[in-house]
Amino acid sequence: MSNISRRKLVKAGIATAAGASGLGVAGYLAKKYGLIPPDHAGIYGPGETLTYAAQRLLTRHSLAREFPRSLISNPPFANATAPPSDEFKRLQAGGFADWRLTVDGMVARPASFSIAELRRYPSRSQITHLACEEGWSYIAEWTGVPLTHVLDAVGTRPQAKYVVYRSIEPDWWDSIDMGDALHPQTLVTYGMNGGELPVGNGGPLRMRLPRQLGYKSVKYLTRLTVTDDLRRFGKGLGSASPEGGYAWYAGI
Amino acid sequence: MPRHSALVRVTHWITTLCFFALLVTGFEIVISHPRFYWGETGNVLPDQNGWSRYLHFQAAWALVLTGLLYVAAGIATRHFRRNLVPAKRDFSLGALAAVIASHLRLRRPDQREAWSYNPLQRLTYLLVIFILFPLIIWTGLAMSPAFVSAVPAAVTTLGGQQSARTIHFFVTLVLLLFLLIHLAMICLAGFRNRMRAMIIGRGESQEHL
Repeated sequence: MSNISRRKLVKAGIATAAGASGLGVAGYLAKKYGLIPPDHAGIYGPGETLTYAAQRLLTRHSLAREFPRSLISNPPFANATAPPSDEFKRLQAGGFADWRLTVDGMVARPASFSIAELRRYPSRSQITHLACEEGWSYIAEWTGVPLTHVLDAVGTRPQAKYVVYRSIEPDWWDSIDMGDALHPQTLVTYGMNGGELPVGNGGPLRMRLPRQLGYKSVKYLTRLTVTDDLRRFGKGLGSASPEGGYAWYAGI
Repeated sequence: MPRHSALVRVTHWITTLCFFALLVTGFEIVISHPRFYWGETGNVLPDQNGWSRYLHFQAAWALVLTGLLYVAAGIATRHFRRNLVPAKRDFSLGALAAVIASHLRLRRPDQREAWSYNPLQRLTYLLVIFILFPLIIWTGLAMSPAFVSAVPAAVTTLGGQQSARTIHFFVTLVLLLFLLIHLAMICLAGFRNRMRAMIIGRGESQEHL
């Protein structure tokens, strides 16, 4: 009897040690390969980390579905947004000619672009699905400059790990890892369905990531900051979303 | 020999906990946009429900991992073949009709049935384990824009992202119906005894045998 329980004890000890070192190795590798989201702490951290890590491994090079023109939603759905600030109204009155997208942080040549300047870069149009976390969705054709071209223009430093992006609306900011930032479908969007991007859909400038829920596609884009550490921004959770209880990574 | 093996008992209660978490959070998610559509898009209505999505996915991971363990062990120990796949003779219309009739008369199961499942129970459990749970996981994944970028067939075969959402909701209702019947049956068969069997492995009557 004592033999059996000793054997059991030894077995359990080995299993625990193996499990703990396995977790340790998994944690080390996950950190090394960028599989841990900034909102990994707290009670929902394990589930969020599993989702982010699993989808990062599965979707590293995958493209969001693109649709035929016949599936474009008419009219494109524009959900309610906060009333525009005085600053926004002033820029809107000027036809957004003075709208600027500032790019700073870990870049060789910090810069600021007007929308006309962004339009001179190679553009991409894609008919993709936008799904809101609430449950509604629509399909539209989005036109813009791939974020990767903007980052090339300013010379992203090799240490860069994330791109933080901000709206003209206060406290509306988000961030993505370099995998998403360099993804060919991540667009700094200025056009929709052949025309200019309507204000209701985020015009004049909106970040669009078709592989994540709509709230990652921040409207009224004014600033990009390249960084290697998200702890310096806001409460250090990667974006305003986790501060309000929503996941940083929204590939779902 | 226990009525339910330790593995079945542990995975049963983890699944129960996860299912309740998913049900509550799923309800919280769905009431932020209580409309259903068919096809790719849907947007008739334009909340605070971030926590429910966090918990929904945490519980989903725990449920999927527990389910994989249960199914792998169920195949390895021949649990499904021995305890859940009905015998050939039980597939006759007469045998099924007899079981349904005895259920409709709300007859309490006899001692023999406390040790085994009748064909109707077996078919129901197989439906839940091998049809409904895979379907709810599939339709859940089909709503993920990142997942379907890697596996587009997961959503195109269902007809679109909103179809996946609609099916996900109705499969939830079927699972909820199963849960209600499961609970009603436990009460009819003797709540105390069945709970003991699923918690400590044996019911009272078995100890008196």
